[in-house]
Amino acid sequence: MTITKTPEPEVEPVQANEKPVARAFGPAQIAKAVPDAVGRLGPRHQLRNPVLFVVWIGSVLVTVFAIGQLITGSGQPGFSIAVALWLWFTVFFANVAEAVAEGRGKAQAESLRRTKKDTVAHKLAEDGSVTEISGTDLDIGDHVVVEAGQAIPGDGDVIEGIATVDESAITGESAPVIRESGGDRSSVTGGTTVLSDRIVVRITTKPGESFVDKMIGLVEGASRQKTPNEVALTILLSVLTIIFLLAVLALQPMAAYSGSQQSVVTLTALLVCLIPTTIGALLSAIGIAGMDRLVRRNVLAMSGRAVEAAGDVDTLLLDKTGTITFGNRQATELIAFGDEQALAEAARLSSLADETPEGRSIVDLCVQRYGLAAEAGEAEQDGEFVPFTARTRMSGIDLGARQVRKGATAAVCAWVTEHGGTVPDMTQACVDTISAQGGTPLLCAELVHGRAVVRGVIRLSDVVKPGMRERFAELRAMGIRTVMITGDNPLTAKAIAEEAGVDDFLAEATPEDKLALISQEQEGGRLVAMTGDGTNDAPALAKADVGVAMNTGTAAAKEAGNMVDLDSDPTKLIEIVRIGKQLLITRGALTTFSVANDLAKYFAILPAMFAGIYPQLGKLNIMHLASPTSAILSAVVFNALIIIGLIPLALRGVSYRAVSATKLLRRNLLVYGLGGVITPFVCIWLIDLVIGRLIGA
Amino acid sequence: MRWFTSVLRQTGAGLRLLIVLTVILGICYPLAVYGVSRIPGLQSNAEGSQVKLDGQVVGSRLIGIDPVAKNPAADPYFHNRASASAKGALGPADPSTSGGSNLSGDSTELRGLLLERKEAIAGREGVTPDRVPADAVTASGSGLDPDIGPAYAELQAPRVARVNHLDPDAVRRLIAEHTAGRQLGMLGAPTVNVLQLNLAIKKLGGSHGR
Amino acid sequence: MSDLWAGLSQIGVLLLCLAAAYKPLGDYLARVFTSERHWKLESGIYRVIRVDPDSGQRWTTYAAGVLGFSFVSIVLLYLLQRLQAILPLNFGRGAVDPATAFNTAVSFVTNTNWQSYTPEEAMGHVVQMVGLTVQNFVSAGMGICVAIALVRGFVRANTGRIGNVWVDLTRICVRVLLPISFVFAILLVAGGVVMSLSSGFTSTGIDGMQHTTALAPAASQEVIKELGTNGGGIFNGNSAHPFENPQGWTNLIEIFLILVIPVSLTRTFGVLVGSRKQGYTLLSVMGALWGLMLAVIWWAESHPNGPAALLAGGAMEGKESRFGIAGSALFAGSTTGTSTGAVNAAHDSLTGLGGGGALLNMLFAELTPGGVGTGLYSILVIAIIAVFLAGLMVGRTPEYLGKKLGRREVTCSAIAILAMPALVLLGSGIALLLPGIRATMTNSGAHGLSEVLYAYGSASNNNGSAFAGLTVTNDWFEATLGVAMLFGRFVPILAVLRLAGALAAQRKTPPSAGTLPTQGPMFASLVGGTVVLVAALTFVPALALGPIAEALA
Repeated sequence: MTITKTPEPEVEPVQANEKPVARAFGPAQIAKAVPDAVGRLGPRHQLRNPVLFVVWIGSVLVTVFAIGQLITGSGQPGFSIAVALWLWFTVFFANVAEAVAEGRGKAQAESLRRTKKDTVAHKLAEDGSVTEISGTDLDIGDHVVVEAGQAIPGDGDVIEGIATVDESAITGESAPVIRESGGDRSSVTGGTTVLSDRIVVRITTKPGESFVDKMIGLVEGASRQKTPNEVALTILLSVLTIIFLLAVLALQPMAAYSGSQQSVVTLTALLVCLIPTTIGALLSAIGIAGMDRLVRRNVLAMSGRAVEAAGDVDTLLLDKTGTITFGNRQATELIAFGDEQALAEAARLSSLADETPEGRSIVDLCVQRYGLAAEAGEAEQDGEFVPFTARTRMSGIDLGARQVRKGATAAVCAWVTEHGGTVPDMTQACVDTISAQGGTPLLCAELVHGRAVVRGVIRLSDVVKPGMRERFAELRAMGIRTVMITGDNPLTAKAIAEEAGVDDFLAEATPEDKLALISQEQEGGRLVAMTGDGTNDAPALAKADVGVAMNTGTAAAKEAGNMVDLDSDPTKLIEIVRIGKQLLITRGALTTFSVANDLAKYFAILPAMFAGIYPQLGKLNIMHLASPTSAILSAVVFNALIIIGLIPLALRGVSYRAVSATKLLRRNLLVYGLGGVITPFVCIWLIDLVIGRLIGA
Repeated sequence: MRWFTSVLRQTGAGLRLLIVLTVILGICYPLAVYGVSRIPGLQSNAEGSQVKLDGQVVGSRLIGIDPVAKNPAADPYFHNRASASAKGALGPADPSTSGGSNLSGDSTELRGLLLERKEAIAGREGVTPDRVPADAVTASGSGLDPDIGPAYAELQAPRVARVNHLDPDAVRRLIAEHTAGRQLGMLGAPTVNVLQLNLAIKKLGGSHGR
Repeated sequence: MSDLWAGLSQIGVLLLCLAAAYKPLGDYLARVFTSERHWKLESGIYRVIRVDPDSGQRWTTYAAGVLGFSFVSIVLLYLLQRLQAILPLNFGRGAVDPATAFNTAVSFVTNTNWQSYTPEEAMGHVVQMVGLTVQNFVSAGMGICVAIALVRGFVRANTGRIGNVWVDLTRICVRVLLPISFVFAILLVAGGVVMSLSSGFTSTGIDGMQHTTALAPAASQEVIKELGTNGGGIFNGNSAHPFENPQGWTNLIEIFLILVIPVSLTRTFGVLVGSRKQGYTLLSVMGALWGLMLAVIWWAESHPNGPAALLAGGAMEGKESRFGIAGSALFAGSTTGTSTGAVNAAHDSLTGLGGGGALLNMLFAELTPGGVGTGLYSILVIAIIAVFLAGLMVGRTPEYLGKKLGRREVTCSAIAILAMPALVLLGSGIALLLPGIRATMTNSGAHGLSEVLYAYGSASNNNGSAFAGLTVTNDWFEATLGVAMLFGRFVPILAVLRLAGALAAQRKTPPSAGTLPTQGPMFASLVGGTVVLVAALTFVPALALGPIAEALA
């Protein structure tokens, strides 16, 4: 589609995780879209849409006839002009829909463009010398130095150093993020600004093909191509249009034979009412709005095809850590071998100075369950912290004679024995049980009066994020199978899988296993979606039908996936699936509605055309429309107004609930099928009340 | 080009198969059915269910051809339904061909024909036109309907009895004997076979052929 | 028993017979198309025609076979008619004129069996047996082949091969059509259907008048005429002629034969795709629409509204007394619902609503339950369109029986559906522009328009029944109706075979909770609704000026 620049684009700050605006469509948006919509009234733009092209031709035809009637003073010029006007409105409203949908993307593109100001790059030569060149002269593989306060000149990977980076220009998130060499947080994006420190970046994209360039193209819709499903639907709509064109063409000789030749105006009105103008007008707006909904959730789909594929996903591969569970293990239970309170105190004490997440979770547990103090008391502050080392494999605290230790079973057992204590028999069984259940046991022991005592076991477990179970149940209802990917052993994996309610899991997963799983699913005819961030995820991301790369991830990952999540939130995949489904549902619902409308239009127009020669056909005028002219005009007016009426729905998308296909279909058939049959009867009747009075007056 | 040669090759195979199937389905099969239909019991059916009187074929049980009275004022026959292939509004059908009138329910031509037939039949039977049943005045789809409904037979009974000098009750009994109910109690409609009824009347000593 | 109850019991018996045949015939058909073994006779045929029966064909080759076979069929049938003068058993019926010969050849090869000639006067017994009877078999067989090829498209995965057209055609003729035809032909002779090689017999009636009654080898052709949903009568009166359809029970048998294969094919479909419910679902759509149209026709014929019918006191014009209203309506509903086109009553003389019902039944695109094979593939392409829309409404790229419906699948289905309405609308529209059109009609006004609409509806749907009051012997009608039959037959066939190829090449997607279930009442009503909506939206304007205007008068 041609993009004409709006003179004064609305600039709205891009908000992270912005909720869909309730009023997606109001007078302000229309006002902004009007110049654009008028600019598209020419034939070239309409050629892209077969349905609207027919309307356009009809509009021209009727206009010519109306003018002819005005000049010669024959026929009913008033009626013809009214029909012509409303046909033009039909085309115009379709343009408005598209322009409004595009308008939002354009606004965002404009704000992105501003990040693309010419940057100066400090190119690092092999000998360590730095030369200043223009950002546009960079080549793939060049190394550049970026220091605090400078803008990163191009997309690339950090190969040296660590820095905080302000990425708000792209993500809308104002909090700075850390980018460092190596690992999965090495990717930087051109146009973002380094806030502190100094990094060396290896450029990975050519200028002009950078991430921001792609983003601008995407949100603006310039690179929008019809998706496969949209193409299929367009074909169906074209065929419907052809059928109705033939039906109307064939009607004239039949009418002539019956002794009631029809005017071109009436026939054109009938044709435009019958062909699926509603969906034809809204089809591209629906597609653009679907992409836009993703953008609003800070997800960039590299193609509309990927969005559609998201709706089709059968299998969802989710990483355990960070997606299903919180990133770290947490203490969930204390199993005392004697006095439970004593265990709690020992556990708390041993972890007070432990700044690891595990340590903090132990303190939290003791505070919540055993009413102990969160902060170290005065006496306790003197204690000497014994940090965890790979050699000792325990940590703890020495408070004078009182020593508390927690750590790996074997290490603590050795410590207890060394200090004259005995390890209770139940220890091993208890530890094994916890392991079997997917937890990590920490043995907690204390040296009291010179003798070591095992107080009990702290259970560390993966904690499944709240609400995951419900989400997976929802996915299951949508027909999507979730597979948890984890590096844990099968036993642990199984326990967490059961707790989270996923359908399946892949334990001890290597990147190769992941790739193999995807291939296997796809060979079974299933569509696979996954998220990933690391370079070793890249092959799997590329292989998956929907690969969502985290923005924090490596350039390779972002290149391989077909979507990028700027918030780097792996659970967003679920959201993406919903949006994909919503997009398809909106298309289907509006098509059904559009076609179902025709029934009422027949009841309005056919009696109007033919009750003159066959009075018995007047019985079909069940809406009791005032006169033939008002009946035809009412149908045409309804046909145009319904487009405007449905723009909000097209932009917002049909409401979607995760229920089984059967229920979903029943509901949508009822609302859009039956509703599509009934609505026009009511509306045309109402419009006729107005028009009939106007004409009669 | 490759598709074209493929079409040619397939067409060749098609031609050969068509010839083979023509032999099987167009020659062997009909002749086999023909052969079986020569079995006594089937043969008379296969040759048209001809009805003979004194060794001479008088018609077919299945074909209705309206008999023509030599003297219309003294018409001794039960009459068939009207036929589209008859020369007049009423009259004998032409059994060498078949077909209906194809006139529609809103046809003025049909309306005129019906009026004419109604008048003629009412006059023949000496009743008012409104007593003439629908099947009497309408032409059948084949034009060769061998049957009439019991009501039409009933309507003709007094005249047939009178002209043939028969007891009206005897004629009614014959009608009843020749009335076939619905097959299996449900198939089709009750009918009276006109040719066989006329033959029965003749056998009873009617004035047929005089 | 009242007319109503007698009629209902008759329908009940018919349904019972169909139900009894459903499983065995459906399963048998499934075995016919999946069996690895060749019968001896078949192996012999394959040797003679030099084809390898065990090699699968791509859709292009399959289509080439269908087209090539049909082409040589048309040529041979045309030649046979043109050479009638030198054939035996012609009884002085000479060469058929070129336009009629073309029209007839196309008509019988396309399974339409529209007749623009009077058989008793135009066709000798050799043309009937060697030409027309053979096409009654093979055109029906081709329809089933195409349907089965489409089903294979759904069943198979990751392959381009959709079967071997020569094996399919040979098997359907040898294993199915021939045996059933033979048995029922004998049964029909027992019921009074003629099977004679003479041209007729002369009788001297009781009134002394001489008449010659036409005879023909009817029984052998009558059976396959119904069984193959062909419909071309060996007599002009078709199944109204007492020699083709002598009594009530033969009428029921003929209706049974018309319906039995189209109905049972849904079972075959269910068995082949591995879910009988899929078959029941399609059958329920076919059955419901058949029942609906039957009810409309029956009611209309029992409550006539035309001035002539009111004057007569009943809609008996064009009907046989031995069948009655119910027996005629049942036949009319079944013959128009199956692309058969045989008639046991003159459809032109049906009431406005009854005739309109028969017409609409054809315009449903022949799937109530449709012709042999054609009914199945017609409803499958409609189902694909329904699944496409409904599938969107559940938020997935639509899939049917594990196959995704993308651009190609929708395009093929849409073309298959588009062909018929385009031909009907264009054909009748142009015909009504002809200067002499009114002279060709037997009836005038709205009914005259119905005659033209019915002609193109019948030809484009390969039905073959007619509002026979329309004189179609002029070259314009012979040619355009011929073209309508050709395109109405082969455009959908090509689209369907292309579709079969595209489907077979796809991998199979297993169903999940998010997949639209394509079985059960809701899907059935969806498909039924699509059928009705498509037909209604396309044809309501035309119907309003024909049957609707007549019915509402």
